[in-house]
Amino acid sequence: MKYLGPLNKENPILVQTLGVCSALAVTAQLKPAVVMMLSVTVVCACANFIISLIRNTIPPRIRIIVQLLIAAALVILVDQVLQAFFYDISKMLSVFVGLIITNCILMGRLEAFALSHPPIPSFFDGIFNGLGYGLVLVVVAVFRELLGSGSLWNYPVIPESVYQAGYMNNGLMILPPMALIMIGGLIWIQKSKS
Amino acid sequence: MLDIFVRSIFIDNMIFAYFLGMCSYLAVSKNVKTAFGLGVAVCFVLAITLPINYLIDKYLLQAGALQWLSSQLADIDLSFLSLIVFIAVIAAIVQLLEMVIERFSSKLYYALGIFLPLIAVNCAILGGSLFMQEKNFPTVGHSLVYALGSGIGWLLAIVAFAAIRERIRYSNIPKPLQGNGIAYITTGLMGLGFMAFLGI
Repeated sequence: MKYLGPLNKENPILVQTLGVCSALAVTAQLKPAVVMMLSVTVVCACANFIISLIRNTIPPRIRIIVQLLIAAALVILVDQVLQAFFYDISKMLSVFVGLIITNCILMGRLEAFALSHPPIPSFFDGIFNGLGYGLVLVVVAVFRELLGSGSLWNYPVIPESVYQAGYMNNGLMILPPMALIMIGGLIWIQKSKS
Repeated sequence: MLDIFVRSIFIDNMIFAYFLGMCSYLAVSKNVKTAFGLGVAVCFVLAITLPINYLIDKYLLQAGALQWLSSQLADIDLSFLSLIVFIAVIAAIVQLLEMVIERFSSKLYYALGIFLPLIAVNCAILGGSLFMQEKNFPTVGHSLVYALGSGIGWLLAIVAFAAIRERIRYSNIPKPLQGNGIAYITTGLMGLGFMAFLGI
């Protein structure tokens, strides 16, 4: 249970403002958002595990570079897998897969958790932080895709008859700034609940 | 060239169009002076790392880039290494810059010093390199202009945002929305404003 914090009360995006950089740009549609969530979860869990295994041998002065290199190696693996099996999604995510390296969630968890905890708890910590990050991504993406293009996972959900009655897709939701405003709204809801 | 410059400042603004460097943007915008310091540091590091990464990409990593060494190497494609090389270059240069600045200008060091380590993990820098790779500029000059433009765009955004934030402190905001909530919404509205530059 103690690992579940990142899903709500310690959510990396909503509460700790980490990893916003790549979070917002991939949420115009649901599909890239889910792929991004899986990639970040895998990288975060594996990097946490590896850093935690070698935590006692890393000299503290160069730890940032060691962390960056391990993260970069894992991200390259993820990137190659995406390019091989999901080429169209990898094109859609473009540079944002690479930017997982500098994702503050990753660096933050490596610094704050993996360096001082054994491998197995670090692994789970990585998984749940990735999922907490992904949760926000998915919520934002569902709203943006539904309102912006009237579809979910690329399938049209809003029936044709509604369009004929005069309903129009809200083009504003597709634009980048709306992602920020939606996250602002989510923070509002989340804070007023707790 | 001028086209790239104006485009990278206003239309492809790092923060409003791509959300790069959001973490430090939100964390270091409590007052205008520190925001300006961080903005200048980002500009500086971008302008140095992008041309270097451009040369590395062009002469070492791209498909067929090793041809200048010997014709046998012509069909080697190292582009999958670009992520790890770019981040290593950025981390190394930031470290180097810190030492050089400390040695030659203690005044600049105190102004930029605390921001430099932050910058190694700033997505705007790595993002700049990756976008540059995607855009396929013909010469180093173009990449330098692109770096300066993106840096200035970032600087403009963070200074404007810090100024707005200083004012927001005195206004009456619903309690759960205070702090980060209103910061996101303000950035979103500023972004909508910047979208108006699309016509340029």
